[in-house]
Amino acid sequence: MSSQPERLPRQPPPGTRGQPLPDDSAHAPPVAAGEPVGVLAPYELSVNGTVRRVVGAWVGESLLTVLRDRLGLVGTKGACEQGECGSCSVLLDGSVVCSCCVLAADAVGAEVTTIEGLTPPDGLSDIQQALVAAGGVQCGFCTPGFVVAIHDLLSTRPDATELEVREALSGNLCRCTGYGRIVEAVRIVQREREAVGG
Amino acid sequence: MGSSTVAVCRPSEIGADVRRPDGVPKTRGAFAFASDLSVEGMLFAKTLRSPHPHARIVSVDVAGALAVPGVRAVVTASDVPGAPTFGLEHRDQPVFASDVVRYQGEPVAAVAADDPATAVAAAAAIDVTYDVLEPVVDPEAALVGPALHPDGNVFRHLAIRHGDPDASGDVVVEGTYEVGMQDQAFMGPESGLAVPADDGGVHLHIATQWLHADRDQIAACLGLPPELVHLTLAGVGGAFGGREDVSLQIHLCLLALRTGRPVKMVYSRDESFLGHVHRHPARMWYRHHATRSGDLVKVEARVLLDGGAYASSSGAVVANAACFAPGPYRVPNAVVDGYAVRTHNPPCGAMRGFGAVQVCFGHEAQMDKLAAALGMDPVELRLRNALRTGDRLVTGQVVTGAAPVAEVIRAAVAHPLPPSLDDGLPMMARPGGAGMTADVADLRRGLGLAVGFKNICFSEGFDDSVAARLRLELGASATPVATVHVATAEVGQGFVTLAEQIAREELGPLDVVLADADTGVGSAGSTSASRQTWMSGGAVKQVCEQARRALVDRAAGIWGCAAAELVWLDGEVVWEATAQRMALAEILAGGPVEERCVHRHRPTTPLDAGGQGDAHLSFMFVAHRAVVDVDPGLGLVRVVQIATGQDVGRALNPLQVVGQIEGGTAQGVGLAVMEEIVLDHGQVRNPSFTDYLIPTALDAPDVAITLIEEPEPGAPYGAKGVGEPPAISSGPAVLAAIRDATGLELPRAPARPDDIALRA
Ligand code: FES
Ligand code: FES
Repeated sequence: MSSQPERLPRQPPPGTRGQPLPDDSAHAPPVAAGEPVGVLAPYELSVNGTVRRVVGAWVGESLLTVLRDRLGLVGTKGACEQGECGSCSVLLDGSVVCSCCVLAADAVGAEVTTIEGLTPPDGLSDIQQALVAAGGVQCGFCTPGFVVAIHDLLSTRPDATELEVREALSGNLCRCTGYGRIVEAVRIVQREREAVGG
Repeated sequence: MGSSTVAVCRPSEIGADVRRPDGVPKTRGAFAFASDLSVEGMLFAKTLRSPHPHARIVSVDVAGALAVPGVRAVVTASDVPGAPTFGLEHRDQPVFASDVVRYQGEPVAAVAADDPATAVAAAAAIDVTYDVLEPVVDPEAALVGPALHPDGNVFRHLAIRHGDPDASGDVVVEGTYEVGMQDQAFMGPESGLAVPADDGGVHLHIATQWLHADRDQIAACLGLPPELVHLTLAGVGGAFGGREDVSLQIHLCLLALRTGRPVKMVYSRDESFLGHVHRHPARMWYRHHATRSGDLVKVEARVLLDGGAYASSSGAVVANAACFAPGPYRVPNAVVDGYAVRTHNPPCGAMRGFGAVQVCFGHEAQMDKLAAALGMDPVELRLRNALRTGDRLVTGQVVTGAAPVAEVIRAAVAHPLPPSLDDGLPMMARPGGAGMTADVADLRRGLGLAVGFKNICFSEGFDDSVAARLRLELGASATPVATVHVATAEVGQGFVTLAEQIAREELGPLDVVLADADTGVGSAGSTSASRQTWMSGGAVKQVCEQARRALVDRAAGIWGCAAAELVWLDGEVVWEATAQRMALAEILAGGPVEERCVHRHRPTTPLDAGGQGDAHLSFMFVAHRAVVDVDPGLGLVRVVQIATGQDVGRALNPLQVVGQIEGGTAQGVGLAVMEEIVLDHGQVRNPSFTDYLIPTALDAPDVAITLIEEPEPGAPYGAKGVGEPPAISSGPAVLAAIRDATGLELPRAPARPDDIALRA
């Protein structure tokens, strides 16, 4: 018998929002000899500027799983593991990806930046500050993903219009806020950065 | 876009836009949600669920699971040491199905293993033989058909008979309406960590809405006294009613006790869709009678809610649906029948708006029909019949508190309309958005209005209480610290902010620490029914007032005067006769002050056989005006703007109130145009965010807000709850606007593209 109910046939996972993965197949770790089938030889990931060794991982483990369960970086959240909610957003060589849709082993040779890497050692970034001040945080489960997505948006399109902001953030689901205060937070950061930048 | 009209920031604690204390850890990714918890040596659990909505279990063979290396325990119904069933109102739901399964996804077994993948593999290795039976999925059939459960099929029938049942009006309009099954779709999946305790009990860290209701159900099923089951609230990633029922709690505790090791479980998203209750789907028939001049004479309604396989809170939901079926209007005569029935569909229970949402789709469609039949402006018709303080509801209850119904309507329609369609509409702002499908020339804009209301706090004589403890002492640098201990579940709504605001409002500027919410203090009731501002806020206020009296007494002892000669002023005790003052720190130098209280609201009464009684404490009123763009050929809709007037009593933290309004509005809009659990013979066809769509930042409308602040007598600081009203009439307003744009009847929510395109 099957332990899972039948489901509608699904589309393949949307992957990484159209961002090509770095061509790192040359660095992908080999399958470990002498280990149970599917276990990889230890490999290294560069996360938030630090080289982290991943031991005992299965070949199919997502970057989200490895970050959270093997490296203890639980600031990155998982709400669907299907590329639909954006709560697992991280930067891979500077571009936003859903870490649930990236094989961890495929991230070898790339630089992974998580919410922990975007957070100053003490205090908050201007984006984090604005989210708190504008009321963009309720339960907060979506928040780390939004911080990553807003960081990416404002570094690539600092002058994005409100509609562009909404479009850029539409891969991140929030069930609590209705997005109004999150969009307001982006506006605050845009104004502040413009004032500083002249 | 995104503009909100809000009351300006006020200087005192109460009414100020104080920032949430958990905002910093949440933005840093450092806030521990239940799914982030881990402890050395913990096991991982997985639930095995029935793939069939109705089947007899012939056999369950767990040998295959036990043979998987790394499996530590497998539990089924025969391993439940205490009561075999649980439930919020009626304990009719098995911890594990043993003889028969009554919905798809019903738990049959659970396993604990060394790692999550092993647990999944082991659950799949359990061999269950089912004798598959035909499910009963039509609530009308269940109402009259054979019992699907020893407790029968009718969870509750509430009949309301008010005034003259034979009264009739000059103008009569009739209609039938339907609302689909909505999911709470909170972002943080169900999760918990159970740790066996040395005393033979268990300590569960859990994302929930009501720690004590969970505890009592767990203890009964484990066969343990409640004091051996300790619960601590773990970080909650949203709730909206979906965490009011027990899901994985009992399974986790069983596995922890069985293995003697900590056990963690996190639901996947598809499991979450199957593992918690949903909003009841509704079928409604209405007949409204009015005079030729537009005064309501009588409302007749029959509301049928599909409660799914188990009772959950169906009884209370259908009571709300029946009580609020006529809408917030003066209705002298009413005949209302509300039914909640058992089927083999997924169990339904609490979701934001709790019965008031479904009927709002019905009564507001009726008010528009009536306005059309009378040739009257729909706003005018509603204003003419709007409830006022002193009016009687169809339950016979007189509304004694604030009832600014006309005010919320006027506020909603007073907001400026968004720029018209001709002013150029970027592609992304059209229905269909990035799909680049809708041509501006094909678009039609529609406007709709809807008004709703709902009770605050628990009703029908429920003993609604919150226990609070307070400890005042000198902290590290001899500054006063207040430690507040309540079992209130913070699920994102911002109670943690209000607790600090209230403590400072009452005790002056001091550090406030909120102790972990747990079962070490008395119950705080559920974070539901928009009740925690009133109930837990009221408890914090009350315990602070007690502490103030204790501080004054102590100061009187120090000075050797009568306490009656002293007053509390700006965080100090003042002896007016001598103009002496004693600061909080000075008083606390003599040792800490500890107070505890149990806060209750005015009692309510049950409803009698005719549905009459003072069943509710107080009411919140709200109006929404929706502006939508529709492409009738493609059936695509974009909600451009929602303008709202909301009766809040008093906004204790206007920024948080705006957050509740915008968030609740998005959920209402979602129900109107996209959100529905699709069922096929009891099978959930869309248990994923790929197939169950919730609004994104592009779908969520601009929300223009006016807060109506008419303080509510008896409520702390005059504040009503604010969480639910935004989800009540926003959806019906959207549907009205789509009708306005298309001329279609659209009796069903959500209005799907094919409901529009294929009938246009
Ligand atoms: S968890 Fe990766 S997109 Fe939802
Ligand atoms: S704040 Fe709860 S999901 Fe966004």
